[in-house]
Amino acid sequence: MTQTRYYRTRSPEPEKEKTGGGGGTAMRVIVPLQGVVQGRGGLVLGSIIPCALFYFLQFYLKRNRDDPDDKNESNSTGQNPTTRSPSSEHLTELPGLTRSLSRALLSPRNSGPVSISARVSGIVKGGDSPYYMGLKRVKEDPYDELDNPNGVIQLGLAENKLSLDLVKDWLAENAREAILGNGKELSISGIAPYQPFDGLMEFKVAVAGFMSQVMENAVSFNPSQIVLTAGATPAIEILSFCLADTGNAFLVPTPYYPGFDRDVKWRTGVEIIHVPCRSADNFHLSIAALDRSFNQAKKRGLKVRGVIISNPSNPAGNLLNRETLYSLLDFAREKNIHIISNEILAGSTLGNEEFVSMAEIVDQEDTDRKRVHIVYGLSKDLSLPGFRVGVIYTFNEDVLAAARKLSRFSATSAPTQCLLISMLSDTKFVRTFITTNWERLQRMYVQLVAGLEKMGIKSIKSSGGFYCWADMSGFISSYSEKGEVELWDKLLNIGKVNVTPGSCCHCIEPGWFRFCFATLTEKDIPIVMERIQKVLKPVN
Amino acid sequence: MAIEIEQPRVGLSKVAVSKTHGEDSPYFAGWKAYDENPYHETSNQSGVIQMGLAENQVSFDLLEKYLEEHSEASSWGKGAPGFRENALFQDYHGLKSFRQAMASFMEQIRGGRAKFDPDRIVLTAGATAANELLTFILADPGDALLIPTPYYPGFDRDLRWRTGVNIVPIHCDSSNNFQITPEAMEAAYQSAESMNLKVRGILITNPSNPLGATIQRSALEQILDFAVNKNIHLVSDEIYSGSTFSSSEFISIAEILETRGYKDAERVHIVYSLSKDLGLPGFRVGTIYSYNDQVVTTARRMSSFTLISSQTQHLLACMLSNKEFSENYIKTNRERLSKRYDMIIKGLKKAGIECLKGNAGLFCWMNLSPLLEKPTRESELALWKVILNEVKLNISPGSSCHCSEPGWFRVCFANMSEQTLEIALERIRKFMEQRKRN
Repeated sequence: MTQTRYYRTRSPEPEKEKTGGGGGTAMRVIVPLQGVVQGRGGLVLGSIIPCALFYFLQFYLKRNRDDPDDKNESNSTGQNPTTRSPSSEHLTELPGLTRSLSRALLSPRNSGPVSISARVSGIVKGGDSPYYMGLKRVKEDPYDELDNPNGVIQLGLAENKLSLDLVKDWLAENAREAILGNGKELSISGIAPYQPFDGLMEFKVAVAGFMSQVMENAVSFNPSQIVLTAGATPAIEILSFCLADTGNAFLVPTPYYPGFDRDVKWRTGVEIIHVPCRSADNFHLSIAALDRSFNQAKKRGLKVRGVIISNPSNPAGNLLNRETLYSLLDFAREKNIHIISNEILAGSTLGNEEFVSMAEIVDQEDTDRKRVHIVYGLSKDLSLPGFRVGVIYTFNEDVLAAARKLSRFSATSAPTQCLLISMLSDTKFVRTFITTNWERLQRMYVQLVAGLEKMGIKSIKSSGGFYCWADMSGFISSYSEKGEVELWDKLLNIGKVNVTPGSCCHCIEPGWFRFCFATLTEKDIPIVMERIQKVLKPVN
Repeated sequence: MAIEIEQPRVGLSKVAVSKTHGEDSPYFAGWKAYDENPYHETSNQSGVIQMGLAENQVSFDLLEKYLEEHSEASSWGKGAPGFRENALFQDYHGLKSFRQAMASFMEQIRGGRAKFDPDRIVLTAGATAANELLTFILADPGDALLIPTPYYPGFDRDLRWRTGVNIVPIHCDSSNNFQITPEAMEAAYQSAESMNLKVRGILITNPSNPLGATIQRSALEQILDFAVNKNIHLVSDEIYSGSTFSSSEFISIAEILETRGYKDAERVHIVYSLSKDLGLPGFRVGTIYSYNDQVVTTARRMSSFTLISSQTQHLLACMLSNKEFSENYIKTNRERLSKRYDMIIKGLKKAGIECLKGNAGLFCWMNLSPLLEKPTRESELALWKVILNEVKLNISPGSSCHCSEPGWFRVCFANMSEQTLEIALERIRKFMEQRKRN
């Protein structure tokens, strides 16, 4: 069972499986024989001393534990304590050490620690990846022009505040009737009782229409193929549960959205295999790289169930062109695997490049549709992450059936659906919103990129999303993850700017940073630049 | 001519194809029958009356009145500071005002006999999600939870499906009104051990579904002692706590903990929701209240998969923090449920049917064992089919609740108007008369 990790790992491949018992034995053998291996002799002493120390340590720790509970914990993993990051690997080989650590984290009451599941006990220690730490810092000390001018400016959260005023105005005029009435009499009995967990049909129709609109009517979506979920986060997780078993894997091009590690892997026990994209290709997806990763996985005995792409991609902001999408479909067909296409930013394109949905590609192809599943949501394109509206769109009836049932664990709220039915049916509003939002995103993007350029920071040309994916490798002290994190830390704590370091996105090249610009106002940009400038010390 | 090449079907996971969702069982089959031929007062008087869904529709008018008189709950108005923050708010801590409102509502339901700290409340989209989440946190795949029978059929799906955790039943029977005994708990524990299943917790529903009765103080003490003794968790699903007919009869595990000075509290977790007490299942509002810091932190992070819409939180925060509204609601709702309960019990008695003495919930636990041909599950299901197809009532057979004694049925009474309930009782009466004659 995959342990959840909120601390970063940099490895391009998932950790190897280790059996707990085997690992412990190996440790005991390696250390004592070190002297022998190094040709320095001392077989006896070389064995005895380390062994003695080792066992002493165990004994010391044993004395400080409660027995029955610990017995529980060691049995409970039962499974292989798989995929621990290298830094914690030795923890599983020193069971005593693990136990006393976990006990330190229990509530201070100190009466017979009752254990929690192995699958989550790992993550309690975590929560310290830069991605989450940065978000926390902003919460504690948020920048405000008037009230807190020295606070931390948020560039680490992909929220779109640029067009919220439009939504707000609409709601101010229409919310009340929209939630309860929808033109009919005010009635709670319409929205209060049990509804289909996968969403009201009326709402699905509205969402299908909206999806079509943001994708410039290049494709139409069938409401009956929609399963609504409480945000795109559970949509991804549900698809993971449906398409892969514990221990299977998905191929995911890097750099990718940090949240995938949680959404795809945490409770499902499914692996992610990183498929590195490079700056030389402007971080575009390469089918050859996919193929290589697939074969490597096969050699290692890992069963790949699908590919997860994000289009537009996060953080690089690339759009996948038609040719690539067709090639991807060919690849999936050849390997008989699924494709999950995360299109949550489809309506937030930049520049004039054409967005092509996977739905459009399979429009003609009957046989391949069953392997294609699209994830969407209203958090980005409509700026409503709080309302929790996510979409699974699939052509596969079995997946549809399973996802519908699973949506009960992550269902959208009825009054919110009613509210949004009204909003999305107001075609004039939607059109205005999409156009205005596009203009504002453009403007903000251009300004941010220009500001960064002035400081010698180049970025990939983004075709979609709220980010600027910038190369700051010229400013890190060492060309490594360590150097990158150091810079991130300085930017956060000295510059008071929260950005996302590329390592959180598993970028194979150090020094890349993700800047979200949709949380800023135009006034913020010069301030952001000033603060970054303060921190930068060119290495060369 | 195109050559037909057989395409290898792209496979799905075991979770996706498993039947653990349980929707092929009679519990859900009855619902299908209802969906195909639903009763309607005017347009379909011979349709199936739904008595298998525990929904509370008796107090809608109170909710409607509140919303009409308080527009600030369902809107943000011009210039209201709330909207922007609300629309963007996806923090898994949840709106503080909403958590405070939930904590105080939970205290009110318990007559102030227990205190709830808003910072220990984790929000989920419904109790279904809360129960599954807790299971993910407290147990690993292959482990077991002990659950007293009869229990809510949905548990088989909610606690087992994606989690891979097993349920081992604690058998209760009518000899002592289905109360949970230490012997039964021990027997279940041993049974799990003999199957090599590691028991991680015991999950009780209080008030009980489907029994419609609160768990007595002495039993709660014994259950807590048992959990301490075995060093396992105790989950108390108190989703019907606001639906007790009299406020004094419900004792929450929180009260037991209070009297014990919160010793052993870190193994206790309470699940609550507004779906039953407030009749708002469509809103998707559930909570986990845990006395264990680690569980609270983990549950909060995991709740990312099941957040409550911020708009809904805002609406309900307004409503529930209005003391006048909430006090009146709780009181009135109780009275109406109590009245309904009396009505159905009397009606069933007139038809010659006895029920378990209940004091809470949206249903009663009816004993039709005298009608069974044989005291078997098959006979029970045969009777259930007859009631569904001939009497046109969808009620829930005890076997779908894993009741060890055949012949018991759960009958919901709060999801319909009084008139409809009268009609249902009339149909039952006629049915019983016919059986007597034959």
